[in-house]
Amino acid sequence: MSDTGRILSLHLAVLAALLGLHFVAPPYHHANLARVMVLAVYAMGYNIAFGYTGLLSLGHALFFAAGLYGTGLTIQLAGWPAGPALITGLLAGAAVAGGLGLLALRTAGVSFMIVTLMFAQAGYLTILYFTGYTRGEEGFVLPAAARSIGGLDPTGEAARYLLALALFAVALAVNLGLVRSGLGRVMVAIRENEERSRMLGYDPFRVKLAALAISGLYAGAAGAAWGWLFGYVGAGFATIQYSILPLLYVLLGGAGTVLGPFLGALAMFYLIDIASGLTDAYLMVVGVALVVLVLFAPKGILGSLRERWLRWLP
Amino acid sequence: MAAVTLLDARGLVRHFDGLKAVDGVDFDLAPGEVHALIGPNGAGKTTFVGLLSGRVAAQAGTIRFAGEDITRLPAHRRVRRGIAYTFQITSVYARLSLAENVGLAVQSRGGDRRREVPEALARVGLEGEAGTLAGRLSYGHQRLLEVAMGLALHPRLLILDEPTQGLAEGEIAAFKELVAGLAPATTVLLIEHNMDVVMDLAQRITVLNFGKVLARGSPQEIRADRAVQAAYLGD
Repeated sequence: MSDTGRILSLHLAVLAALLGLHFVAPPYHHANLARVMVLAVYAMGYNIAFGYTGLLSLGHALFFAAGLYGTGLTIQLAGWPAGPALITGLLAGAAVAGGLGLLALRTAGVSFMIVTLMFAQAGYLTILYFTGYTRGEEGFVLPAAARSIGGLDPTGEAARYLLALALFAVALAVNLGLVRSGLGRVMVAIRENEERSRMLGYDPFRVKLAALAISGLYAGAAGAAWGWLFGYVGAGFATIQYSILPLLYVLLGGAGTVLGPFLGALAMFYLIDIASGLTDAYLMVVGVALVVLVLFAPKGILGSLRERWLRWLP
Repeated sequence: MAAVTLLDARGLVRHFDGLKAVDGVDFDLAPGEVHALIGPNGAGKTTFVGLLSGRVAAQAGTIRFAGEDITRLPAHRRVRRGIAYTFQITSVYARLSLAENVGLAVQSRGGDRRREVPEALARVGLEGEAGTLAGRLSYGHQRLLEVAMGLALHPRLLILDEPTQGLAEGEIAAFKELVAGLAPATTVLLIEHNMDVVMDLAQRITVLNFGKVLARGSPQEIRADRAVQAAYLGD
């Protein structure tokens, strides 16, 4: 089988398995998986910036929150129908990421981490400052009636799962197309050797800005979908914790692999779930797991598999 | 009408704090020539070609390439106009395959990867290694890969910064043949310490010393120049 054939089969098999689980998964895991798929879209976006382009951002919660509030506030305050509100949300993610990139991409490395962190923190504080509109930490619930799009009601468990799967499938396909495209190859080139890429005629700033905007689009889409599917919008999603989470998912699953973010999100979700059932100190378990990962498989699950056996893995 | 000069630099200056790396250099290249730039270590050769390629910003002076002022143009846009640079310290994508390395150069000018990548690798004798990771190559072969990437850009001017460093004798002979075959389509500016390579390949030579042009002329003229002998060739 050709590499392209293998790649398509693998990714279609993952989607088919997720569709199959819709029919057989017990309700508890069914609900978890819907959440994991939306979080995986967020992590895929993070991976486009971090894994493929080498941009270690600590501010992605800002883009997720832009999507969440872009959708939530237009429904709640402006009374928009859910369809346009969703599109507003995902575009808000891309726009905020692009705007932040114009400023933050003048820096690199540790400075870039700090600048993105500060911007995200400023965004979080802005949400709190306008608590009158945003309801701050407490947040607000989007009423079910306001969330339906032309009879499509995302409040039932079944619909929610299938919609999350649809979003995940589109995000996965776009991600796969992107990394196999000319832009995808240049993103990797910038990550591997920026100066060499410049001297091949590529503008590193523009490539990084494009990658960050696409990354923000993914984060915005995930944020918008979260608000729409689960009906809750709150400032907790704009905290530093939500900037760190996609980084952990990506590191765990394998930076620079298309399926890594999903695998990482899934593993981390269940690691926390199982550990918190055993002990109150579940974050300790997570911490130990991460230390083990960094020591023994620094390239993450899929990164290690690719290195040893599956060189064709995108 | 074809330009008489491909590249024309006037009064180029670049100082680093007190160090006058390049200090008022005038320089021109005729289309199709192989021009060597020589001089003792620290004479300002790499800084000078950095000014031409755009990696280093000029503090004074102008650079015209193919009749247009490129003094303020960023490096990546000069590459698109036809100025390719191979690094003195080898700079390839170590974790990517040779084919991907060269493919990025081909893609940069919108070429056909499938056809041109094997061609470019064959030109430097690396056609059997397309799938190898660049970091696994010997130092000499990495240098050849860089040259292949430079050539894959189809440049009008190819700047080679000490290309034969680390190459074996046989490889140097093959390299000389390769460069000699580039004219007249590609003009070559060569920084080189190996005098055999310089004398065999260059039609003209410019000698830099302490950031200034010490001499310029044909290989015979340079060999006969007393100032050059004192500064550089005398040993």
